[in-house]
Amino acid sequence: MAIDEALGPKDKAALQDRVEIPAGLWTRCESCGHIVYEKEVAEALNVCPECGHHRRVDARTRVAQLVDADTFEEFAADLTSTDPLKFTDRLPYKERLEREQKKTGEVDAVIIGKAFIRGRGVILAVMNPKFIMASMGAVVGEKITRAVERALEEGLPLIVVTASGGARMQEGMISLVQMAKTSAALARFDDAGGLYVVVASDPTTAGVAASFASLGDVIIAEPKAMIGFAGPRVIANTINAELPEGFQTAEFMLEHGFIDRIVDRGQLRSELARVIDYCGK
Amino acid sequence: MSSSATALTNSNHTSGLSGFLEFEKPLARIQHDIEQLQHEQDGGSKKLAVNIRQQHARFKSTMKRLYSSLTPWETVLVARHPNRPLSTDYLKLIFRDFTELHGDRTFGDDKALITGFARIGKHKVMFIGHNKGKDVKERVACNFGCAHPEGYRKALRKMKLAEKYGLPVVCLIDTQGAYPGIGAEERGISHAIAVNLMEMSRLRTPVVCAVIGEGGSGGALGIGVGDRAAMFQHAFYSVISPEGCAAILWKTADHRKQAAEALRITAPELKKLGLIDTIIPEPMGGAHRNPEAAGEALEKYITTSLDEFKLLATDALVAKRQQRIRDLGSFYDSPSELAAREKAKQLSARRSASRSTRLAKRYVASTNITA
Repeated sequence: MAIDEALGPKDKAALQDRVEIPAGLWTRCESCGHIVYEKEVAEALNVCPECGHHRRVDARTRVAQLVDADTFEEFAADLTSTDPLKFTDRLPYKERLEREQKKTGEVDAVIIGKAFIRGRGVILAVMNPKFIMASMGAVVGEKITRAVERALEEGLPLIVVTASGGARMQEGMISLVQMAKTSAALARFDDAGGLYVVVASDPTTAGVAASFASLGDVIIAEPKAMIGFAGPRVIANTINAELPEGFQTAEFMLEHGFIDRIVDRGQLRSELARVIDYCGK
Repeated sequence: MSSSATALTNSNHTSGLSGFLEFEKPLARIQHDIEQLQHEQDGGSKKLAVNIRQQHARFKSTMKRLYSSLTPWETVLVARHPNRPLSTDYLKLIFRDFTELHGDRTFGDDKALITGFARIGKHKVMFIGHNKGKDVKERVACNFGCAHPEGYRKALRKMKLAEKYGLPVVCLIDTQGAYPGIGAEERGISHAIAVNLMEMSRLRTPVVCAVIGEGGSGGALGIGVGDRAAMFQHAFYSVISPEGCAAILWKTADHRKQAAEALRITAPELKKLGLIDTIIPEPMGGAHRNPEAAGEALEKYITTSLDEFKLLATDALVAKRQQRIRDLGSFYDSPSELAAREKAKQLSARRSASRSTRLAKRYVASTNITA
């Protein structure tokens, strides 16, 4: 601590640079600050071996971590945004999308498919926090809806791994109504007695939190995942006060009765299999 | 997004113009002239009376000009006008026999959403409406119309009651959004809204929605899923407030006008996008200048919709509603479709451009105009 305090921000940056010299091999855990061996982190499903911090993972990595090897059959992979508003802020939305597509190799912020988890067939949707923070526009809404419909058709459990900054502003009201669209599809699925399990990962917020992420028959969350509706800064400004420690985390949601379980990433496969065995048909 | 903030900006946008909005400055000036003339007229000159009448006509024509071409940001200002009629006004103007039903049976009674039995035309309905409050005391009590989870749960409870007894549900939306606070999160605002979306989509009774002022994001949609959605002509409906959007995307709230433009939040834009079904006309100069006329138009929309839905069997009604929601939002099936469409668009643009040049040339030739 004492040394830390003595160092200026420039010194700290220099120090950090020096510590991270073997680029990619070793990194600093964003939560505990320990220097961790990347390979070890990857083997631990992107969980810090020192503090158990669950890192955000892209959708493909998540799928690989969750399903039986080589069982994921993706569908509706190519659905593409129409840029319905011809939206431009500091950058045209179209360009922003292209940039994200190039960066991630994905077309939009969710992938859906059929897969097996410990031998149990499921329809799986995984949101991608690395793609515009998995914000929900027409494509995400449509793909979640199609996943629901496929689960309904095939009589399979539906598992959605949520992560999202909320509605995609650049698609305006079209993104807002995706909340209704996904929830309405889930109403049909519910009527048919389908099993719907949510795995809420960091961050599950705003329009996604206030639609399909809150409608699971069983809702599981990863430790310390941020889960909430309004942005913390908006709340702090409105009430003009500091927010309590641990506000809008998975633990907070568990304490207040809005999720069923908090499960470590390493246990997700077995937990999901168990839920399916209790509820699946 | 933040409740108290907009209330303050409201007064800012009208300050110094005594009830006039920023863009209504020309109207304020004419009004000022009229008042002065009236003051002078106390003597009783005929010439002055004529002059006053002329000024009134000028006022009217200026208002017509201003309101026939409101920018999206001006629309926001009109929708937030402090004198704009609220749900409670329409309750008095067009509903009869309102019997308020309080409480969510779990936590409390949220005054930001009022619910109860009411009659409109020849229909008995369940009324659900945001309440922004008429005066400071009431506004504080109902958080300026920003509902907590208990508000959404109260609304759903009453909708379920309506379903049980075959009463149609009428939802009047007017909110900046759900209340962003610690209690709201602790009591599951996400969950409350999500459940409403799901349940309203399968409610076995007609649901008619109208945005009467502000349609603020999830807080609006939380009572906004139904068989038909309408907006008042100068209402707006947005995924995020223009100020909030500007703060995030432009990193400064100063760009709220651009944000209001880019977000396409006005009734005509949303009708074009297929997100609302009906635009309810407002009296010239906005609903606040003639609440009775606005009420009449709203009543017509509600009663004609209810007349129509009454003829549908419940299964057909719900199936139709589900399909309506299913179709919200468009997308391309693949990036190659996107590319193909853009190419086609460019081609047709070029074609129409060359066609117009050809036509222009022909016109020039036929009239012997030398360029």
